[in-house]
Amino acid sequence: MSAPTPLLAMRGIGKRFGAVQANRNVELTLQPGDILGLLGENGAGKTTLMNILFGTYSPDEGSIEIDGQPVEIHNSAAAIAHGVGMVHQHFHLVPRHTVLENLLVGRPGRRGLLDKAAAIARLDEIGRHFQLVLDPDRLVGDLTIGEQQRLEIIKALFSGARILILDEPTAALTPQEADGLFDALRAMAAEGMGVIFISHKLHEVRAITSHVMVMRLGEVVANLENAPEVSQGHLAELMCGHELTPPVKPEKKPGRPLLHLRDVATDIRGRTNLAGISLDVRAGEIVGIAGVSGNGQRELAEVIAGMLPLAAGSLEIDGAAVPRPSPNIMQALGMGRIPEDRMGTGLITSLPLSDSMVLPRIGEAPFSRHGILDHRAIRAFVEEQIERFGIKAGGPDIRAGTLSGGNLQKALLARELAWNPLVLLAAQPTRGLDVGAARFVHEQFLDLRARDRAVLLISEDLEEIFTLSDRIAVMYEGRIIGVLPIAEADVRKVGLMMAGMEDAA
Amino acid sequence: MDEIYGQIFQIGFFAAMIRIATPLIFATMGELFAERAGVLNLGIEGIMLLSAMLGFSAAYYSGSLWLGVAVAMAAGIGSGALMGLLTVTLGLSQHVSGIGVTLLNSGLAFFLYRLIFGQPSMPPNIVAFTPVAIPGLSDIPVIGPILFNHHALVYAAFILVPLAAFILFRTPWGLNLRTVGENPHAADGAGVSVAATRYQALMLSGALMGVAGAFLSMAQFNAFTFGVISGRGWVCIALVVFGQWSPWRAAGGALLFALIDALQLRLQASSAIDVPYQVFLMMPFVLTIVGMALVSRNARAPAALLTPFRKEER
Amino acid sequence: MIRMRLERRDSTPTWLNLTLPVLAVLATLVLCSGLVAMAGANVWTAYSKLFLSAIDSRSHIVETFVKAAPLIFTGLAVAVAFRAKFWNIGAEGQLLAGAMAAAFIGGREGLPAWSLVPLMIVAGAAAGGLWACVPAVLRTRYKVDDVVSSLLLNFVIFYGMTALLDGPWKDPLSGYPDSPDILMEAEFPILLERTRLHLGVLLALLSAPLVWWVMRKTSLGFSIRAVGENPVASRYAGISTGAVILMTAILSGALAGLAGVGEVAGLHFQVMSGISPGYGYTGIVIAMLARLNPLGVVPAALFFAVIVTGAESMSRATGVPVFLAEVIQGAALLTMLVALLFTSYRIRIARHG
Repeated sequence: MSAPTPLLAMRGIGKRFGAVQANRNVELTLQPGDILGLLGENGAGKTTLMNILFGTYSPDEGSIEIDGQPVEIHNSAAAIAHGVGMVHQHFHLVPRHTVLENLLVGRPGRRGLLDKAAAIARLDEIGRHFQLVLDPDRLVGDLTIGEQQRLEIIKALFSGARILILDEPTAALTPQEADGLFDALRAMAAEGMGVIFISHKLHEVRAITSHVMVMRLGEVVANLENAPEVSQGHLAELMCGHELTPPVKPEKKPGRPLLHLRDVATDIRGRTNLAGISLDVRAGEIVGIAGVSGNGQRELAEVIAGMLPLAAGSLEIDGAAVPRPSPNIMQALGMGRIPEDRMGTGLITSLPLSDSMVLPRIGEAPFSRHGILDHRAIRAFVEEQIERFGIKAGGPDIRAGTLSGGNLQKALLARELAWNPLVLLAAQPTRGLDVGAARFVHEQFLDLRARDRAVLLISEDLEEIFTLSDRIAVMYEGRIIGVLPIAEADVRKVGLMMAGMEDAA
Repeated sequence: MDEIYGQIFQIGFFAAMIRIATPLIFATMGELFAERAGVLNLGIEGIMLLSAMLGFSAAYYSGSLWLGVAVAMAAGIGSGALMGLLTVTLGLSQHVSGIGVTLLNSGLAFFLYRLIFGQPSMPPNIVAFTPVAIPGLSDIPVIGPILFNHHALVYAAFILVPLAAFILFRTPWGLNLRTVGENPHAADGAGVSVAATRYQALMLSGALMGVAGAFLSMAQFNAFTFGVISGRGWVCIALVVFGQWSPWRAAGGALLFALIDALQLRLQASSAIDVPYQVFLMMPFVLTIVGMALVSRNARAPAALLTPFRKEER
Repeated sequence: MIRMRLERRDSTPTWLNLTLPVLAVLATLVLCSGLVAMAGANVWTAYSKLFLSAIDSRSHIVETFVKAAPLIFTGLAVAVAFRAKFWNIGAEGQLLAGAMAAAFIGGREGLPAWSLVPLMIVAGAAAGGLWACVPAVLRTRYKVDDVVSSLLLNFVIFYGMTALLDGPWKDPLSGYPDSPDILMEAEFPILLERTRLHLGVLLALLSAPLVWWVMRKTSLGFSIRAVGENPVASRYAGISTGAVILMTAILSGALAGLAGVGEVAGLHFQVMSGISPGYGYTGIVIAMLARLNPLGVVPAALFFAVIVTGAESMSRATGVPVFLAEVIQGAALLTMLVALLFTSYRIRIARHG
């Protein structure tokens, strides 16, 4: 009996970006009804591979076959025509348009007009088949993230996708929404579709997939059936390539509060507003803020960074009240800040690295006196930091945008730590970093803790939160729904709090 | 003061207002399409000028006014394509590209005019478009002479506004264009070519700006002069913001500006107020700036306006 | 299938930095030669006249420098502003503001003679700087696009100026709309006898290195550049972007105002409505050709001064319309823009099987 024709076969895929080999000789096969989990760390090459399948990138080597026929996919229109649909991590939606308008983009009309009737009929059909229901006239900007993702999936199905790619789909979902998603995926697989599910979350991959493919550094390291015998630990090892020993965190008794927030609230149109946040971050402790993305973490970070105004409440740094926080004042009082968006908010990528590194204190000595720059002092500072933090850059004058993610983060850390901050605010500090760089960042945080400083860590990576924090605070809808000391915290409790169950603590 | 009211509440005044609004409506609709697709077309002033000149010259030598309009549109389409090359294909700064196109087109307009017509003591002129009264409708008291006794291009402007709204909001091309201007990645992911759409929008905007220029040199006036545009292109940019990127509201803004312009002309002529005439010329610009100041803070431009679309950059 | 792609560079080689403006200008001249041919003239003759008439005699060379003075100032004004991505298209209006302030002070009786020249300079710079604050404030407080506002304000001040010149400020002795002459004591000293080389030319030439120093060696210059490249990151790092934009506007407007001062106090000794044939707009092209480098503004300004001077002779000798200069201006801006692409990107040619 010959093997059935696979729905999808990617053979020998290779792709490089500059000096980085993002994919090397990758083989992937998908049968109808498969749900394939594509596992790997950040930078493993999973998203690149899927972007090749969807036509965003063109492979340097290799070929793609659908239903046994070789196909050329050089843009997304071709991918869609061949039945490939992709739900990206960052949604391709227009918030200002309605659900229906987002669905109709790129579709031919009827007699020159938008074909709304047919679209609504199809929307109903998909809703019945896969339990994916949405009101066509709602503005996408008013939908929750889970509903927006539902729309993205519906979009793919609309275009007749038979192969659906989902890139980290549960990053912003509550556990219940994730379950709803899994039900829909199982229904699709039952109809003979193929699903590729990219994730770095082992337990989810175990829950939903029929097969698992592990990638590391651009190559496929394992291709297994998702059988009960395969342990999560084994998968984790395959992903990282080595045993992960969590860093040593010695016992520490926290001191006085270095960052004190009381009833902090914001009132800004279009953002998730904070509704009375009270929190202390004490000397010698790391407080981790957990929560599903979009529950106010970003706003909290921006308030503490001085970028957003307070509508109510008070903020103190080591006892000093800050009635109107601004980046300048927060810096001066000893607040170190690592922004979530390294390349947009942290560094100026089009200018030399040294410019970004001295930017926060350019008006002060030793970088300038009476308004006149001291180039030698600047250079000395930057070179010292490069040396101390092992930043791999061509030199202080090289454009900051050429640095890798890990080195950018080191540069940002260097620039904040050089001034001996009392409190360090770090938002998503290891997103997109490889294991080694992430480890380095974690060591810096632990070092601050050892020296009786305070660290406020905001992260969507629960593993990171659990590894580093002394206390975990969970945010939900702009409030802190509960704070747990690490000894009392486990993933189940925290997960429930993230979904809004206040009494789980 | 009574004399001013006397000036305003005359049928001729409102008819003049509509006439003045016509080139503004064409150019503003043109700019609207470009900006809705995510491209700021600052070449507007130069495109209008060059089109006015080329259209006029074509009409002068061929004797056909409509040929002049066609030539003006062609010049606009070409300029739009140039803007596309600079901002879409090459991804250059939309601000500086637009200013460059304006400077280039202005220079070309002056150069070619001098080349074709030299420096005669009597500047050349043509027999301009004559107003065409719509039979029946133009006999309605009050409204008739105001709305239905105009140049053909004015009627075209009447139709253009609802047509633009229809195209933008009811047709697939319009939806694709708006999506390109809001989230080009969404459009690209749906199989729409962002580059092609932006080129189309720019060429359409150039065509409409060309008609605006043609109207000025061949209908509102009967000759091309170096100052025939005098900043009206820039005003149209402000009108798009003022109209919140909606065709009806932008057209309303154009009418408002035309009202002020017509008023200022009347006041100049009436010498009811003893002020140098330049003060009146200033008024519309000052009020445009004030209008922008009131509106811009809450203005919600197309989300992808001014951002070039690059797929494979790492 | 061969595909071409633009790939970001890490840094730009120096040779490229220096030759790009030259290449852009050459490309412009090649493109414009078509227009010369259209005018029925010999390209070589026309271009020789265009470029050489400005430098074929000592007096012509001096005149070129005199013509370059306002262009250097407006070029510097735009270069500073564009560094902050403050799109100051209003240099033309700021020039007029400076001119009016200078003419006003220069015609004042009752001031000590020695004070007139310094006062005109200060007043002109202040007037230009203040006028530039309007689009700056409109941008920071009201989110009004600076291109549109600075442009419209040019028209506003132009009409305002001509209203004055046609009315209360009109010179009773002349039939034209221009102001009375400034006092003899207010005229800029002539630096070279029997020429029109006035103090303003020297001021312009000195301003270029001064502005370069401010941009490179002061924290203000650093902040201007940072805000221009990434205002969000600058704000995050504690820089007050609104204050920086305002300072940029003042500096830029002051430079443009000085252009006006020079024209009034050194050349015309009065204000007329035609005092600026578009120097503010030419300044934009000059700034781009100079790649926003203050030192590069001087050769770029001289280049345009040569063209503007030479266009007249070329027109008389060959019949090519004098407006070729304007076309060259616009085309040079565009070719320079395209050429600038190559500093940030290189072309990668990839073969796909």
